[in-house]
Amino acid sequence: MASDLLHVTVLSIFVSVSATLLASAMAVPLGTVMGLHKFRGREVVKTFTYTLYGFPPVVAGLLIYLLLSQRGPLGSLNLLFTPAAMILAQMVLVFPIITGLTMSSVSQVAGEVKETAMTLGADRWQTAKTVLNEARIGVISAIMVGFGRAIAEVGAVLMVGGNIRWHTRVLTTAIVLETRRGNFEYALVLGAVLLTVALIVFFVLKRYQDKGVKI
Amino acid sequence: MRAEDICKRFDGKKVLEELSISVSCGELLAIIGPSGVGKTTLLRILNGLLYPEDGDVYFKGEPLTFEDEKDLDKRRKMALLSQKPYPFKDTVWENVAYPLRLRSEEEIDDKVSDALEHVSLLEMADRRAGTLSSGELQRMAFARATVFGPDVLLLDEFTAHLDPYNISVLEDAVEWYVDSKGAAAVMVTHNLFQAKRISHSTALLFDGRIIEKDSTEKIFEYPEDERTEAFVNGEMVF
Repeated sequence: MASDLLHVTVLSIFVSVSATLLASAMAVPLGTVMGLHKFRGREVVKTFTYTLYGFPPVVAGLLIYLLLSQRGPLGSLNLLFTPAAMILAQMVLVFPIITGLTMSSVSQVAGEVKETAMTLGADRWQTAKTVLNEARIGVISAIMVGFGRAIAEVGAVLMVGGNIRWHTRVLTTAIVLETRRGNFEYALVLGAVLLTVALIVFFVLKRYQDKGVKI
Repeated sequence: MRAEDICKRFDGKKVLEELSISVSCGELLAIIGPSGVGKTTLLRILNGLLYPEDGDVYFKGEPLTFEDEKDLDKRRKMALLSQKPYPFKDTVWENVAYPLRLRSEEEIDDKVSDALEHVSLLEMADRRAGTLSSGELQRMAFARATVFGPDVLLLDEFTAHLDPYNISVLEDAVEWYVDSKGAAAVMVTHNLFQAKRISHSTALLFDGRIIEKDSTEKIFEYPEDERTEAFVNGEMVF
């Protein structure tokens, strides 16, 4: 049982951290650009992004399932019921959250910071980097919220992962399984481990939140 | 630096109209005028932050294009000190080092120390900039704006709402910078006493144009235009 617990815990961390990092790699630059620049249709894009905060996990799971199933456009990759499919599903769910919250954080400071950086001689990239650095508290919070959503996710990862022992079983899907089996004590232990993992990751991110990115 | 025939409108409302002005190396020019006549707008145009609908701005004989990246080299030789400077979320030291890091300059430590010493802030170098008082913050902003040795200093009401001590430190620092570096400075101010105290020349901006520009002594003692005379005597200008 101990090795089982260790495996689902490590896999949970791997899947959710990967999904959060990969989503952040795209969402933070996109949110920064959207927060920095005023462009035609910005409000529509913002509203659409905010709407996706509530994207139903089962719908995300269904879309990824259809995409990766044998008859789907990416069926030849054989990714269905693998950790990669679970990472993809979590990415779909956390991407709009990280994008939207980054955009809000950046746009709050963009005006003053952009002008200050420019008057001190910053070029376009240096200005964007400075704005991102000044908005770091909000951006790290966005990543934290994204990770929180990813690690707690059950519906989508169950659909595309299949909850296969030693392969795609993670803490949340294991909790569902153990509850159905009536193993409430083990389900509670899994729940406690899930909370502890989330706490440790949030603590690490909080430490980064207090530090800046130097130019 | 000179501006020629500058026109600027906001929402169709005329702010600056065929405004021309110039400032030379080692000259500290004060721009005075009633509120809302476009003094800050003029400074922002000179700095390349705002583009004029018409007219040109020349920096060392070269025109500004008002396209961020194309003007970068020119912008890097100017500094704008605003009334409410923004402190980056870092220490005073890092705030002042920021423009030097942008330019990948060397001997950052020496330059930052010198800049902070001139505004009596060296002992506060390790403090978070956000914890400074408004006077200390403006002194830090001055050090940050001059640490890279700009040729043109643009000052927008830079001592508004500050106490006499901080005003005195900042005015001394501006005079020292202009004299020792031979820089040109354009200072927008409501404070006529300040214009009298430190500027070499003064210009009255009114109705979108420069009404009169001359040595500060002439503007205050022997103004040629009746609107200038009224303004420096504290009367309404129409």
